[in-house]
Amino acid sequence: MARGRRQLTAAAWTGAAALALVLAVTLGTLATVALRAEFASGLGPADWAAVRFTLLQAVVSATLSVALGIPVARALARRRFAGRGLLITLLGAPFILPVIVAALGLIAVFGRNGIVSQALLWAGLEPVSIYGVQGVILAHVFFNLPLATRLILQGWLAIPGERFRLAASLGFGPGDIARTLERPMLRQVVPGAFLVILLLCLTSFAVALALGGGPRATTVELAIYQAFRYDFDLGKAALLALVQVLIAGSAALVALRLTLPAGLGGGLDRTIRRWDAAHPLLRLQDGLLIALAALFLILPLVMIAVNGLPALASLPASVFTATLRSLAVALISAFATIALALPLSAWIVQRRARIVELFGTLTIAASPLVIGTGLFILLFPIVDPAALALPVTALVNAVMALPFALRALVPALTAIEADYGPLADSLGMTGRARLRRLWLPRLRRPLGFATGLAAALSMGDLGVIAMFADPEGGTLPLALYRLMGAYRMDAAAGAALILLASSLALFWIFDRGGRLDADA
Amino acid sequence: MKALTIAAGFAAIASAAAAETPVLTIYTYDSFVAEWGPGPAIEAAFEESCGCDLQFVTAGDGAELLSRLRLEGARSDADIVLGLDNNLMAAAHASGLFAPADIEMPELDLPIDWEDDTFIPFDWSWFAFVYDKTRLPNPPHSFADLMAMDYSILIQDPRSSTPGLGLLFWVKSVFGDQAQEAWEKLNPKIVTVTKGWTESYGMFLEGEADLVLSYTTSPAYHVIAEDDDSKAAAAFADGNYLQIEVAAKLAASDEPELADAFLAFMLSDAFQSVIPTTNWMYPAVLPEGGLPDGFVELERPDRSLIYLGDDVDNIRDEALDEWLAAAAN
Amino acid sequence: MLTLDGVEMRWGDWRLSADLTVPGGARVALIGPSGAGKSTLLAAIAGFQDPDAGRITWNGEDLAGMAPAQRPVAIIFQDNNLFPHLTAAENVGLGLRPDLKLDAAGRAKVEEALARVGLDGLGQRKPGQLSGGQAARVALARALLRHKPIMLLDEPFGALGPALRAEMLALVAELANETGATLIFVSHEPDDARAIADQVILVAEGRAESPVPTDEIFANPPAALSQYLGSS
Repeated sequence: MARGRRQLTAAAWTGAAALALVLAVTLGTLATVALRAEFASGLGPADWAAVRFTLLQAVVSATLSVALGIPVARALARRRFAGRGLLITLLGAPFILPVIVAALGLIAVFGRNGIVSQALLWAGLEPVSIYGVQGVILAHVFFNLPLATRLILQGWLAIPGERFRLAASLGFGPGDIARTLERPMLRQVVPGAFLVILLLCLTSFAVALALGGGPRATTVELAIYQAFRYDFDLGKAALLALVQVLIAGSAALVALRLTLPAGLGGGLDRTIRRWDAAHPLLRLQDGLLIALAALFLILPLVMIAVNGLPALASLPASVFTATLRSLAVALISAFATIALALPLSAWIVQRRARIVELFGTLTIAASPLVIGTGLFILLFPIVDPAALALPVTALVNAVMALPFALRALVPALTAIEADYGPLADSLGMTGRARLRRLWLPRLRRPLGFATGLAAALSMGDLGVIAMFADPEGGTLPLALYRLMGAYRMDAAAGAALILLASSLALFWIFDRGGRLDADA
Repeated sequence: MKALTIAAGFAAIASAAAAETPVLTIYTYDSFVAEWGPGPAIEAAFEESCGCDLQFVTAGDGAELLSRLRLEGARSDADIVLGLDNNLMAAAHASGLFAPADIEMPELDLPIDWEDDTFIPFDWSWFAFVYDKTRLPNPPHSFADLMAMDYSILIQDPRSSTPGLGLLFWVKSVFGDQAQEAWEKLNPKIVTVTKGWTESYGMFLEGEADLVLSYTTSPAYHVIAEDDDSKAAAAFADGNYLQIEVAAKLAASDEPELADAFLAFMLSDAFQSVIPTTNWMYPAVLPEGGLPDGFVELERPDRSLIYLGDDVDNIRDEALDEWLAAAAN
Repeated sequence: MLTLDGVEMRWGDWRLSADLTVPGGARVALIGPSGAGKSTLLAAIAGFQDPDAGRITWNGEDLAGMAPAQRPVAIIFQDNNLFPHLTAAENVGLGLRPDLKLDAAGRAKVEEALARVGLDGLGQRKPGQLSGGQAARVALARALLRHKPIMLLDEPFGALGPALRAEMLALVAELANETGATLIFVSHEPDDARAIADQVILVAEGRAESPVPTDEIFANPPAALSQYLGSS
């Protein structure tokens, strides 16, 4: 099809510029670090152990998240109860939770002195341990079980209601329904969900930093940090970063070949009436599953609130200025994300350039530390790094959030172009007219979702690019960390609560804004 | 054209003003300049007398400071680095970035003799395991106790944390060739190995373990700031490993006299009296008023352990290999 | 005069060839079994799909290389003719300027076009607030404003009931008469062709035949057409 190929130069140009910037920030910085290395060194056994551990924990975490997500999604798909909508909304919360906050919440619940261990001790049982390997996996399941549940629930809701009615009229029991309706759906949906989560677990390193790894549970990103700090071995750091990109890149390549769950931001409000699941035992089973999943997700959030509330009144003023600064960074990087994602999506959709999507997705595997150091090496001779603290932080955060924005925008834009592309072409709507009159209004939902997600992710980012930090200008996660570093745990708990609330609020406001109906 | 001339005029005035007030740039670790850290008071005190503008640039910790200075090389704006320690000194010397201080050295109150004239100590403490007296009535008094009894401990990764590296040297200095076996006996007691001190100390305060690797001076914070005397540090019969924090002048500094003036100021009362209750370490030179109350009662080990000299890095690499090997078993 | 000169369209094994001329001002129905290539032919004329061989000319001018919007063509699709987030007036206004920067005269023309299709005063409604018939009229009003000499309709008004569709086709025919536009439309319903087309192009078995007067072709249908029409 040659449709529209003539008018697209503007979109292609901005798309190419965005891609060039993304590649410069990710691969360019990696090359810069490698070139600056003073000596060449290979990877030692400890580095390969880190690579193995990274792979292993990602596979285990993704498997557990999906395996647990299936029954929870089934329970949510076939039950109607008060608070169901709220619970499904809350399922989105862990994903955007700052890791350091989540770690505090998890320790309060599952730590050796947490409420679960206390309960187990009281019952005369051994307490659980959330440190090391188990800790990383538990935290990843906490972050990704909700995501898995949402993705799989979408699959359930995509089964037309008529099929369940047909099944009911034929007298199908739960087993028959599983065989004829549910398992074929799962075979389609589960591989995509698994890969998405695998990709997230491969590259989320902060969990291991927060809950502690040690030599047995060192992730690649931690090894990169150690190469910088301990050995000042830039060559090894660049090599490790390359390994990380290659691993995640192969996973992303496979993921793009599968039909991925598209609508990260889709609506899940529908329920399907199920005549087969009325048995009291099944009701009990679903009820228990939903209650357990809800507790697992909500308890840590509650504990953050409980621990943080008493300290709110006595927080140092610096926490509030840090909050404002973080909000500013979050907003700027959220809009930078969109400014990168929109032209890239246009390019991907109009040119059917899957390879561009692969590059855009690869940034998920980029090491923020290598990016920060590479930018530092490039910029230091020209300009004072502290003067660039804000733009550099915003840019790096935007690049890190890009894969999620692309996953939300590309499918939506594909649908828009399929529905309205010919009409817009026939009317000569190109360039700005197409952007303003077609894309922006019709992309409201995914744009709102992507903006909110990018803002929340940026809000929680610790700013690994500390080299650009200005001592006067820390962000909220950094302020929280500083409080902990100064023995002030109570104030830190208060700051954690503010961080939690701001991240959730940012996401909620943008996501809501996008849901206002443009067609009414 | 006129506007341009005026702007150029302003620039000239601005740079003239800048030339009148020399800038002393100090690279230090992040917590030093926090509002509750020593930085603000020290900046005010030094600027009173120096006729200069003191500016801080921060990195995460001492090791990150050294990495950053090596990245920047001779082009760095830094005049002084403040916050390296004894374990980084060999690597710092080898980098060739630093110059000897041209100052009158006062008598230092350190547990050991100090001979280096490039790296000037400003504070120090011993690494130690900190515990809560109300929760742990029978604290360990040696590594042997630690290995023998049913303790749970939190430590930090030597590759990413200063105290973590300190423990690596500590075990090596106590056990020598048997360090790997020692680690094998210690490992079962270790709840987790965190990236930095912050995470593990936070976990300790949440009650996640009996003991946490920290400093003998940590309990002073709880006494002075929180009026809580439940925390204590265990002095070991084996001796405790020292951390001595140092500052140095950059060889490429464009304000060498000012840098020397700062190093001299650093050993004066105005600087040293601020250290105990902001950095929670012992001052390198006892101020006239002595130590604050919470510090006087602190437990002090009888023996101080430390490696100094050029082969520190070899010992470090050997000790790390032993630690990694012990963990793999 | 629209000429398809040795035009060939291919898609794997599938192919369609067309070698025909439509006189200016004619009203032509494309009829044939589904999958024969009626919509493909329209897409080629409208510029959405390039022919694999041959030329398409309008009054001697080759259309190759012209973007859809530059061609002497206004098109109404089967569905998605209106942007649901824009008002009826804005949807019509796009026919004047794709960036919707309308001056007073432009806005007056939009009102006029809406009035002409019987939608006086409904300009501020969004498509969701219009009935199916009203939405179809909005699309027609826009096509009218574009002042193109050819109007293409790809199975238009398919979602409307028979009576409403007949009414809309009558309106289309009336407008085409007023403007002198050449009308080419795809339809499944022989009745539609009988109602407003003066000629019929049969598209079947990989070929688009030359136009034949409507009365003639239905009086004496070729084999392919009678097969398509069934026993009736």
